[in-house]
Amino acid sequence: MMPLYAVLLLAAGTYAFRLAGPLLGGRLALSERLRHLLAVAAAVLLVALIATGALTQGHGFAGWARPAGVLVAGVLALRRAPFPAVVVAGAATTAVLRLCGVG
Amino acid sequence: MNMRSLLRTLERATLRDIALVCLADALVGASFGAISVSGGLPLWVPIALSVLVFAGGSQFAAVGVVLSGGGALAAVATGLVLNARLLPFGFTVADVLDGPWWWRRLVGAQLLTDETAAFALQQSEPRRRRAVYWLCGIALFVVWNVSVLLGALAGGLIGDTDALGLDAAFPAVLLALVLPSLADRRTRTAAVVGAVVAVAATPFVPSGLPVLLALVGLLFAGRPAVQGSGLQGAAGREATGGREAEDPGSEGNAESVENVEHAEKEAVR
Repeated sequence: MMPLYAVLLLAAGTYAFRLAGPLLGGRLALSERLRHLLAVAAAVLLVALIATGALTQGHGFAGWARPAGVLVAGVLALRRAPFPAVVVAGAATTAVLRLCGVG
Repeated sequence: MNMRSLLRTLERATLRDIALVCLADALVGASFGAISVSGGLPLWVPIALSVLVFAGGSQFAAVGVVLSGGGALAAVATGLVLNARLLPFGFTVADVLDGPWWWRRLVGAQLLTDETAAFALQQSEPRRRRAVYWLCGIALFVVWNVSVLLGALAGGLIGDTDALGLDAAFPAVLLALVLPSLADRRTRTAAVVGAVVAVAATPFVPSGLPVLLALVGLLFAGRPAVQGSGLQGAAGREATGGREAEDPGSEGNAESVENVEHAEKEAVR
């Protein structure tokens, strides 16, 4: 179950993460080094989200269908295909593979 | 800045991209609502999470923990660990919310997501950065919450989201958004190392933690416009190219380095 206090805790904590930058960013002069690290950190976390989201389910492997779909999406994105084509092709690849019995 | 001048500031292509991201996120939102309700959670849970937390990954993670039998606090912890990434995003786009209006900062902060940050980072001109942040943020907030509501109401109708491959949509959306920022070689190296660490750690550590462990990849981030040593330094020098001439010590330099970075991304695209 997900009680209300849990939803509120998650919301408050998330908002604090969001607000810290806009609140302190103006007053705290971040060094060039730190700005660089933070920009790279954002990309690192996004790519980690993509990788774990594509490859894993719970604590195990997600099966081949999902990463294959994400791979197709990635290739299309690299080739500058329109965004919906990227996402739809990714999902469709995964769906078709599953239809064919690939996990 | 009102809506009309927001729209006028942005190029048609950018507006189209925002609309497409909204469309993609609508699919993800609808599946989130449907998965939550068909999994047995009351209707208000996905709706409250979407309005108050407004971060898809952590919403999926929190609901996933609860539906797989985890405790409420474990769900909160997982969601918070996942959302810690918003902290560096906040500093990266802080200039967008800078200004005399404190309430704009309070409201604008809630609109900070992977997508809005990514869109804002693609723009180098301050006015456009601000316009794209607000437009994308407001549009996503409305679309996300409406689609979660519709998905939750539809409940069992989407039945088997896996059969439709919708679980591949979320990483696909993020991938399309993050690709431009990977044009920089040091960022790419750091990201690849981080991703390998995150995936390798997934079987062994609590959900949500692997993504944070990926920050190990920052060891490969190199230094901005400064010659490092060893392999990292070599990679950094190659990627920095003509930026070497800039004075690395000065504080006001951050903006110009960022502009060079944007110019580089444009060139690669």
